[in-house]
Amino acid sequence: MKLPQTHADAAAEFLKDTDRSHWHDDTLWHVRSKRDASAQKIPEWEQLRTLASQIKDHVLSNLDNLLLQFEKNAQANGIEVLWAKDAQEHNEHVLRILEENQVKQLVKSKSILTEECGLNHFLEDKGYDVVDTDLGERIIQFNKQVPSHIVMPAIHLKKKEIGDIFHEHLGTEAGADDPQYLTEAARQHLRQKFIQAHAAITGVNFGIAETGGFVVCTNEGNADMGTHLADIHIACMGIEKLIPRAADLGVFLRLLARSATGQSITNYNSHFHRPRKDKKMYLILVDNGRTKQLGREDFRNSLKCIRCGACMNTCPIYRRSSGFSYNSTVPGPIGSILSPGMDLKKHSTLPFASTLCGSCSDVCPVKINIHEQLYKWRQVITKEGPSQPSKKWAMRFGGKVMSKPKLFDLMGRMARKSLSISPRGFVYNSFNAWGKHRELPEVPKESFKDWYKKNRNK
Amino acid sequence: MKVGLFIPCYVEQFYPKAAIASLQVLEKAGVQVEYPLEQTCCGQPMANSGYQQYGEGAAQLFRKNFEAYDYVVCPSGSCTLHAKEHILSDNGEGPKIYELCEFLTDVLQVKSLDASFPFRVGLHASCHGLRGLHLAKPSELMIPEFNKPLGLLEMVKDIDLVQLTRKDECCGFGGTFAVFEEAVSVDMGRDRIKDHEQQGVQVITGADMSCLMHLEGLLRREKKPIRVMHIAEILNGHTPEN
Repeated sequence: MKLPQTHADAAAEFLKDTDRSHWHDDTLWHVRSKRDASAQKIPEWEQLRTLASQIKDHVLSNLDNLLLQFEKNAQANGIEVLWAKDAQEHNEHVLRILEENQVKQLVKSKSILTEECGLNHFLEDKGYDVVDTDLGERIIQFNKQVPSHIVMPAIHLKKKEIGDIFHEHLGTEAGADDPQYLTEAARQHLRQKFIQAHAAITGVNFGIAETGGFVVCTNEGNADMGTHLADIHIACMGIEKLIPRAADLGVFLRLLARSATGQSITNYNSHFHRPRKDKKMYLILVDNGRTKQLGREDFRNSLKCIRCGACMNTCPIYRRSSGFSYNSTVPGPIGSILSPGMDLKKHSTLPFASTLCGSCSDVCPVKINIHEQLYKWRQVITKEGPSQPSKKWAMRFGGKVMSKPKLFDLMGRMARKSLSISPRGFVYNSFNAWGKHRELPEVPKESFKDWYKKNRNK
Repeated sequence: MKVGLFIPCYVEQFYPKAAIASLQVLEKAGVQVEYPLEQTCCGQPMANSGYQQYGEGAAQLFRKNFEAYDYVVCPSGSCTLHAKEHILSDNGEGPKIYELCEFLTDVLQVKSLDASFPFRVGLHASCHGLRGLHLAKPSELMIPEFNKPLGLLEMVKDIDLVQLTRKDECCGFGGTFAVFEEAVSVDMGRDRIKDHEQQGVQVITGADMSCLMHLEGLLRREKKPIRVMHIAEILNGHTPEN
């Protein structure tokens, strides 16, 4: 299916299946509720958010020096550090490592960065079979889809659908949808892949400048299974994923797990510092537009994001339109402030896919002012994005009317008059999007100003 | 204390009852309120659509209308927030703007109201008032509970206030969002209404008429018996019938 152009069109499509859209909304609201219950138990929750935000402020202000410190310490630990200015360079680094080490089989734990870089497709084109080992990612890989959520990549699929996918790809019984049975099938399947793999690719949740080590968080232990069994570990990290000290890690791990799923701790927080004896560890530091975003004062702190997905779970629009409607690697509110920085034209409708309700900003563990940045992107898009003459004209005209009180009074009187005398079919025409499912307000006999003049301002 | 009343453009034109109630509630609390006649709009519709520059004329007019006042009071959290963030200066000079419930609670410190409302009422927490002005504790934040609009409603005699399942989820109005993202907007509005229906609500109230206009549009189209009323109308002792 060709993806519809605008978020609004894609959302309208998703909402046609009301059973599914309500189920999607309820499922993600449940995750938001678990987050609330879990955060509630931490008396210093708001302090933690402030602290995390401040640490990230420090990181973003000193990114150059911290990255060099990180590189130096990682190299001293025996990690080979590579830099990639964009997705292409990142993918080529990975390919070169695989070729140099004659890797045939590889596994990959979840990494949104590699999704952003399109690594799977790139390697598949070169003849590699990339096996995603995160259960959700494996499911969508079978289903030839991309993640619809950054923490729960297959959240758009129901058990029954996963049963069908496993039946086709793993030979489970037709119609079987018992989660334990399906998980066991995935487990057996992935064990084989882990054992055969020569290289394991992981993402990085936190790089620690002070130690040159990094931390990967998974609930399934799949990053560990992959890296422990393979000779080569390739870790792909966005340059903003840095924290200054190991001591800062506690702040982020506490916030991340609770914000993401309501767990008090992620099941596996795996610390990597150096390759094991006779093994190799590579770390690719990727820019891919991040330094550009760092240079945009209004949008720089979007780089504080620790990819917990809480803004998606809380967003009433995301919950009712699903991740695919955003047509970008990172969907939801945070994606809507990151993606326009990567491709303004392609993602020009995303900052408008919000009521600016602000729930995303209040739920964000690193206090990114997401809804304020959505507002600011809108100002940029109307100037630099695709032109929308009719909207622009309407707004310009509206602005004119609102700046002239007499004209405003006249227009108001005319609008009320014409609404009260026009036939219903004329008012509720096909261009009236408001009136498709909603009534317009009833027309009062006088405006407040008229009333006030009569009753107070004699 | 010189108080100027700012009435949002669509309220002035379509919901005069909410505006009259706002004025009268303030007068009953002993405040001398003036309504500058040259006012129009705060310019938010243009600004939120990405055309802040086209709202500048309205913003200038706003500043001119209210420059001589100590306080501007407005019965809308959304317009208040916009004026606060984009129109008025934040360096302590010039008028201070307050949303009506905020003004009654924090400045006038109203402790009682002469109003009765024998109906089952659901309070819709409009987002800009809630998360922008902190009229109440948003459910996302882990801070002590407080709720200014609810505090005022609790002073109304005979009122039966319900607890909602999702107490502060957005209704989906969002200004031009209601039109440009019509499908999501309508779905969100219907979900809010369902929550109120499940609690047996007779009247949905709130501090922002725009959200209520959206919900009312759906309620009337679907011929549902629930009514909407601006919170000022309830605080001023109106009933759904008049």
